[in-house]
Parts: sequence; structure tokens; C-alpha cells
Amino acid sequence: MSSDSIRLDGVEKSFGAVRALAGVDLHVAAGECLGLVGHNGAGKSTLMHVLSGNLTPSAGELSVGGAKITGNWTAAAAQASGIRCVFQELSLCPNLSVAENVRIVHRSLKGLGWKKRASDLIRAKLDEIFPGHGISPEDEIADLAIGKRQMAEIARAFTVTDGPLRLVILDEPTSSLDAVTAEQLLAYVKTETARGTSVILISHLLGEILSTSDRIVVMKDGKTVAERKARDFSRNSLVAAMGSEAHERRQATAKILGTDVPVLVKARPKTGGSTALEARKGEVIGLTGLAGHGQTRMLLQIYSRDHADVKGAISFIAGDRQSDGIFNLWSIGRNITIRSLKALRKGGLIDLAAEEKLAEDWKTRMAIRTPDVNNNILTLSGGNQQKALFARALGSDAAIILMDDPMRGVDIGTKQEVYAMIRAQADEGRTFIWYTTEIDELSHCDRAYVFRNGEITASLGHDDLTEEKVLQASFAETAA
Amino acid sequence: MNRRLLRQALPFISLAVVLIATFIVQPRTMSYFGLNLMLQYAVPIALATIAQMFIITVNDLDLSIGPFVGLVSCIGATLLLDNPALGIGALAVLIAAYGAVGALVHLRNLPSIVVTLGLSFVWLGIAVLILPSPGGKAPVWLKAIMSVQIPVVPFPIVAAVVIGVVVHLALMMSSYGVIARGAGGNPKALTRAGWSMLRTKIIMYMLAGFFGVLSGLSLLGLTTAGDAHVADRYTLYSIAGVILGGGEFIGGRVSPMGAVVGALTLALAGSFLIFLKISPDWQIGAQGAILIIVLALRALVTYGEQKR
Amino acid sequence: MNQSFAYLKKQPWVWSFAAALAVWLITIAYTEGQGATAILTAALSFATFTIIVGLGQMMVITTGPGNVDLSIPATITLSGVVAMKVMDEQTAMIIPGIVAALGAATLVGIFNYGLIRLLRIPPIIATLSSSFLILSTAISYGRGIRIKPPLPLSDFATARIFGVPLSAILVLVISIGLAVVLKRTVYGRSVLAVGQNMRAAWLAGMNVDRTRFATYVLSAFFSGICGIVLSGFSGGAALNMGEEFLLASIATVVIGGTSVAGGRANVPGIWGAALFMYLLVTMLNTFGASAGVRLILTGLMIIGVIVAAGGEEQR
Repeated sequence: MSSDSIRLDGVEKSFGAVRALAGVDLHVAAGECLGLVGHNGAGKSTLMHVLSGNLTPSAGELSVGGAKITGNWTAAAAQASGIRCVFQELSLCPNLSVAENVRIVHRSLKGLGWKKRASDLIRAKLDEIFPGHGISPEDEIADLAIGKRQMAEIARAFTVTDGPLRLVILDEPTSSLDAVTAEQLLAYVKTETARGTSVILISHLLGEILSTSDRIVVMKDGKTVAERKARDFSRNSLVAAMGSEAHERRQATAKILGTDVPVLVKARPKTGGSTALEARKGEVIGLTGLAGHGQTRMLLQIYSRDHADVKGAISFIAGDRQSDGIFNLWSIGRNITIRSLKALRKGGLIDLAAEEKLAEDWKTRMAIRTPDVNNNILTLSGGNQQKALFARALGSDAAIILMDDPMRGVDIGTKQEVYAMIRAQADEGRTFIWYTTEIDELSHCDRAYVFRNGEITASLGHDDLTEEKVLQASFAETAA
Repeated sequence: MNRRLLRQALPFISLAVVLIATFIVQPRTMSYFGLNLMLQYAVPIALATIAQMFIITVNDLDLSIGPFVGLVSCIGATLLLDNPALGIGALAVLIAAYGAVGALVHLRNLPSIVVTLGLSFVWLGIAVLILPSPGGKAPVWLKAIMSVQIPVVPFPIVAAVVIGVVVHLALMMSSYGVIARGAGGNPKALTRAGWSMLRTKIIMYMLAGFFGVLSGLSLLGLTTAGDAHVADRYTLYSIAGVILGGGEFIGGRVSPMGAVVGALTLALAGSFLIFLKISPDWQIGAQGAILIIVLALRALVTYGEQKR
Repeated sequence: MNQSFAYLKKQPWVWSFAAALAVWLITIAYTEGQGATAILTAALSFATFTIIVGLGQMMVITTGPGNVDLSIPATITLSGVVAMKVMDEQTAMIIPGIVAALGAATLVGIFNYGLIRLLRIPPIIATLSSSFLILSTAISYGRGIRIKPPLPLSDFATARIFGVPLSAILVLVISIGLAVVLKRTVYGRSVLAVGQNMRAAWLAGMNVDRTRFATYVLSAFFSGICGIVLSGFSGGAALNMGEEFLLASIATVVIGGTSVAGGRANVPGIWGAALFMYLLVTMLNTFGASAGVRLILTGLMIIGVIVAAGGEEQR
């Protein structure tokens, strides 16, 4: 196996109690394009961070070019071995120019005239990958649109100075590219692998994985569960391998609403399109389409009642718990009650006994696993933290509940409990608007809107909410 | 009109406006000696501003630079005068101390504002121990440097331009400057590319210490006697100078030329307000007002840029 | 008993009180018990002023990283000058003087937040610039003669009940009130929530803007109170009367266990820290330490506290 560009044996990585990688074996041959797929939280990103030296594995072996790595595997060491990574969150410095960002990954770009060399290098690579890109090496990253930043970062990963270029990891590289540039990139990946460079391609778009990779590895729960030549996979077999065979039973029928049921939310995306979103009392409305195509912005637009006709109090359940949801310094109880403080006042002061009761109540109803609601929120597992956020919203006076992909990284047991709760609350007359990146979850919705480029491109009834139809609607424009 | 260009030009426009206004109010300043006199204190302020700028580049803030400059002036007027070798050694130790503070702030993830606040007491304390009341004497060579007469263009202007150009080359043009600014823009990206954030912070803090030393020595050359409190206002001046010059508190967005121009503007504004015969009561206030006006203009320009 | 001790040990303010006590004990051990109570009384009198502005600074800092009020000294001066000028040594004018002074301070707070919100100037620069303007206003308005405070005001500021300064009792009442506000009002909870995570606070239904606005006004208001009482205490207003309170206000917040990263306030800690800082200076004076040594030790103390506290706050 001397042609192995990189090889992992039994690599494990744990974050506290969470086992993100549970013994991964993976090898990439020189000149091979390896497709890597798996659901959210399958461990793909963790694996890539291990490969690029940003995370040290808890156990296992790593060899590069046939040589076992014995010393410290750091980002610098990975760089020196010719491993480059295009991460999902961009790794460019927004305050620097394109050429200056090239300098950051190439230590040899120094001395007199480095700027010119860096500019020439990146210009040539951009021209090669994305003909007609319209990016100047002097452009400051902050001034570029998101798609062009992505292009600059991808091109940077393929530039070569003194060191070797062994492996390029592309993590959802086409997420902010348009159809034309995405095609250009995939074509270039083939050219580059023909030159002997290895590429790992991670993508949710199965089409591009199937058409571009030589071999495909499927990950699930921190392990590789299937591995075959790309031509031996079909879209269906790939989906099956990813584990969506565990389809729970679909909710039988959508709720039939009488004509007298009032419309609580009516809003047209400010980002474009002519179709408006409408939600009636007691409905569970799904928002779907490819991630980041305006669904969250729609929720925020409704939340801030900005060009949105909203009748009733709103509560927001964040998906990104760390940045939008929990208060790290507070107890579970305080995290639950914050949305209801005004209602808990008695004579101007918060009634502490009533506050405690509310927290206890919802701890029980949501089955939050903790001995004491006065414990810090961080003592809970991720799933239970998410339950606390649900308790915050459901325990409030809100008639309308907005959910921003709240099940990210939540275990399946918790999910089932929460789905049941949502259904029960909807039957009691609460309205849910639910952005989800998991198509399976749409089966819990009465209707759904498909978003693309900030517009609503389709409105699907309950019976149309199958993976096939949703994907079709998501790609409607690019199908040609 | 290109708004980015406008924003970058704003510090220079502000300086021009204040300069022209000064000439109009007091035409006699439009001479070699007039400018020399008006701007002589711009040199130490510009150096302190550059020191502050290095810290701001890596998203920190130095609240101790004023007392530090005061301490340097005390050391310069005593130790450096009596025993040059020992004096230089002491100043080198101070620069190393700056580096150590940078390492401490990075390793323990501390708020630089609080650490440097504490540090300001330490610098002041040492300075007061060295010189309990103003005194000592500036070394002759320092005085000579600071009173050098250059034909045609006054010394402070030449010095300011030299400082600006040198730092611009180092921070904006050199390949290492990219790393330093990148450390402010996206520290994670730097770490991922294998650069040491610790090293970067230490270097930037030491550069700040170095320019703080230069500021203290140049100030001593002008005042000719050491004083622990001589530069208490420099902390504020230096922060204001960086911001006036188009720098931002976070994100590694700084401009050495702008910072020097900002320092010149501040120094000039003082003289201008005196010539304007504004009641001395309102002189500090007017400086505050100038600061607010410039920042308001910038907010306006930036706002338009975002709306574009 | 054991349990309550364990509880005490977890409270960050305990350490500042323990330090204050230790310093006091060392001092009276050195003086062999002489002036033990006098030192305490003096500490309470002087610490009162630091505490009141420290509370305001604490609230501002608690609203999150980058928030700090540098206009406290100027506001103290302005309020003192306005109070003295309006009162003009007449007892009858005490109430109008207080109202005018607090009104001026409130305006400062409104102005500060206006700069921060409308002009999007970072708080540190906004409050710095406004402090220049405020100081000039105070200089210009209060120029010339030195006005003495009306007798009842200076009596109040220096009065003692069983050896405890009346002003300390006033500040104690304010402190208790603020602790209740933090724990049991929507505003208090908002401050803590905004300080931990501004976006999450907004998404949880808090009014972020109103909270920050009220906090800057509150800080200015407290500076106003400090200015009035301090003028009464020291026989009039002076243009440099606020100077020492900038660093002192920040230092008490840090030493008192309030999180510099925001979201965690600590009222008792402000008391402990202010007493500690005063007693430390007293101790060093008793030892005959020079001003330089005092400054160095104060600085090292601040750095030491933040280094000790910083380790557990990486989030």
C-alpha cells in the first residue's frame, strides 16, 4: 500500500462524554478523489480536523505517504506534509487581501517581491479553476461576496510553492458557489487528481459526490459504515447506507383546518420572490431547501416583525445553542424562565417561588435529565440543553414558536420525545414554524415551504413531503 | 465616490482641515518656526500612538502606555544619563516585560484592558520610586536629536513621515506584517495555517514596548527633565490617534500612516484651539468634540458602505 | 455548618472580604491595636465613594465585553460643581441642587449611550470623548470661586451613627436595592443575560437596547450621587475631584469578583474590594511605604486577581 497518500487506523476522538470518532479506518490513494458522506454529526468534520492537525486524536494511528506519524501532529506539521483543508467556516482573514491570505499558508512567500509572487500565484490558480472569476489579488476579502471568498479559499488550497501538495480536503466546497462555478470546481478536481494529488470531497449533494469521486466512504455515528467504488453506488444505495432506512412511521394525515381558523403569520421574504409564507393557528409549518438559503433569515424577519404580519407573542428556539440559545453562566432553571419573567412578576418583582415552580414543571414535562434545576446549564448534555430551550419557549405565553433547525446534534431518543411534544402543543392551538435541515423531520409538519436563494420556490402539502419531492423542489432551477 | 477610499482619506482630510483652519486663524504659524513649534510634541505622541496600534492590531488595548512613557522619561533622565549601559539594559528589560505581558494575556486568555490597567499602576509606581518629583536631566544627545534643524521642512514633520513610512513598510508591506494583521483578523485561520499566536502576540507587545521607549526618550529630549506624570494623557491620545487614523478596535484593521496623521491632528488641535482663543475651559471639551465629529463622519461613511 | 462554609467558599466576594480583613488585622497588629476602629470608620467613609461608582461601573461592565464607562470621573466633577453652584451655600437650595446635579448626570448617561448606539462609537472611545466635553462643561460652569456646601449637606456627608458613617448606610441601602434589582427584576436579569450573550438575549425576548441604555444612565446617575456627597464630605467641589475614581471603579469591579467578560455581577464583592483597597493603602502607609511601592503593589494586586480569576473563565 505504498501508494497511500494518507492512512488512518482506528482513530478515535472524544469530547468529554461525546465520542465523535469511534475508531475510523480510512485511506486515500495518491491521485484519488474520495467522496465522504454522512448525516449531520456523523463525525466528518471532526475527522477532517484530525487530518489537518487541528485536533489531536485520542487514539489511533496516522500515516502520511507511507510513513507513520510519531511526533506531534499539529497544524504546522500537516501543512508541511502537504495537507490543505477548505473548511466550512472560511479560514480567510477578512481584513487582508487575497494575495496576503495566500502568504499566510505559504511560509516561503517572503522577502522582496513576495507580494507580486503571491499575486501571480493566486491569479494563475484562479484562472485555472474558475475562468472568468473576476477576482483581483488586491481585493480585500471583506469586500468580496461570499461566493467569491469561497472561490479564493479553494484556489488558495491548490496553490503550490516549495512544499508538496499531497491532499486537499474540500468540506462542502460548493455550498456558496453558483451552478457554473461549482461545475468548474468539480471539473478541476478531476484534472488535479489526474496530476497525482489526492482530494477528499465532503458534500451533502449526492449528485456531485457520485459524479466526481472515484470511491465513496459513508460515515455514521463516528465510524465508517460503507465503502465502495463510486460507480457501485447509486443515489438510493448511498442514501440507504447513510442510515435513513430507519424511517419512523410517518404521521398519517395532515391536520384538516376549517376556514375559520385565523392566520397568525403572513410574511414575504425580504430577500426576494413573490410567494409569501402563511401560518394558521395550530399549524406546524416546515421550512426546507438547501441549508443557508434564507430560511433562518425568514425566521428572524418574522421574529423582528419586519415586513411581517404577526398576530400573537413569539418565542424563538435556536439551533445553534452556543451562539443563539443558552446562557452559560446560568442554571437550568434560569435558562428556562428567562422568556417568562414578565409574567412571573408580582408587585414589580419576580416571584422566585413561582419561577422555581415553572422551571420544575417544564423540567418534568420535557423530561430534562437533571437532579436539580439549580444546576448550571452546562451540566446537561447537548440534547438536554436543547430540551431546556424548548421548555423556555413552550413554558412562555407565546402563541407562535419559531424553530431554527433545533435538532442539530440531538440524539434520536430526545428527538422522538420532542416531536411528540410539538404535535401535542400544536393540537392545543400553538403555531410552529420549523426550519429543518433533516428531510425526515418534515413528516411532522402539516405543510412546508422550500427556499432557494432567499426566495420561496415551492409550497408542499403534507403528502408531498418526501425526500424526492423536496430535493426536486430544492434543485428546481438547476435541474437543467 | 468610492467610500472605502473616502474612509481611508478621512484622517488626512481631517488633518488638512485643522491645519488650514490654524493657518487662517493665525497666519504666522505658516512658517518653518511656527510649524516646528506647533508640532514638536507630535513626535512622542505619534510614537506612542504607533505603540498602541501594535497592540490594537492583535485585538487588545494598552491602558498603560501613558505611565510607561512617563517611566521611560524618568529612566532616561537618571539611569541612562549616569550609566548609559545600565540605562539601555533597563529599557531592554522593560521591552521584555511588555513581551511577557503579551504572553500572559494570550496564555491565560485575559482581558488586556484589566491587565494593562494594573500595569499602569506598576509603571507609575516604579517611575515615582526613581523620581519622586520631576527632575533629572536629559542626555545631551537626546536633546540634540530632538532640536535638530533640518532645512526647509521642520523636523517634526520629517520625523512623523519617517515613522509612518517605516512602520507602514513593516506592518503593511512586509510578509511578516501580514501574519500580524491576520492574527487580528482571524486568529483561528492563523493557527490553522500553523502560525503561533503566542509568538505573534509577544512580538507585537514587544514592538509596542519598543515604540513606547522611543516615545519616552523623544519626549524627554523635548522636556529635558524626567517626570513620572508627564505622559499621563498619552494613553488617551494614543487610543484616540489610532481610531482617528482609521484603525478599528477589533479585526486587525489598522493604518500606520493614519495613526501618525491622527496623532498629528490631535497635537495640532491643541494649538489650534489656543489660537482660536477658545476659553481654556473648553479646550479639552473641544478635543472631545473633534473626536466625536470625526467618528460620526466615519460612522456615516461606513454606514453608506454597508448599505451599498 | 460545614455546608454553609462550603457555600461561602464558592462565593467570589468572600475573598475580597477575607483579604480586607487580613490587611486590617496585619495593620492593627503592627500598631498593636491602636486605632483599630478608627481605621475601620475611615475606611468605610472613604470606601463609600468608590463603592457607589464601582456599582455603576459593575453594571456597565456586566453588560458584556467592551462595555466600560470612562466618563465616571468627569460626571462626578460635573455633578459636584452643579450641586455646589445651584445650592450656593443656601440650605433651602439643597433639594433643587441635588435634583439639578442628578439631572445633569442623567443627561450624561443619555448622551453616552447616544454616542454608542447612534454613532456606533465603541463605548470606550464614546465615554472617553464625552468625558472631555463633560469636564469642560464643569470647568466652564463652575469657574472661579470655590463654593462651600450648605451646612446640612456637609453634616450629612460626615455624620456617623454609632461610628458608622451615614453615607455608608445610604450606599448600603443602594447596594441592597441593586442586589434585589439584579436578582428579581426583569431589567436586572436582562443585564445579566445581555452580558452573557447579546444575541441570545434578544432571541429570548429581552429588550437589549433599553437594557444597555438604562445601564449607562444608571452608571452616570451613581456618579452623580457620588459627586454630591463627595462635595459635601470634602467641603466643596473641585475640578480634579473625580480623577482617582476611574481606575478605582474598574479595579473594585475586577477584584470584587464581577466577570470582566460580562454576565456576572457581584454587589458584596464591590464592598470587599473597595474596603480592601483602602485598607491596603492604610497598611502600607502605616508601614511607611512610599507612594511608589503603594502603586506597584496595587497594580500587581489587580493583575494577580485577574490572573487567578481568568483561568476559570475560558468560555
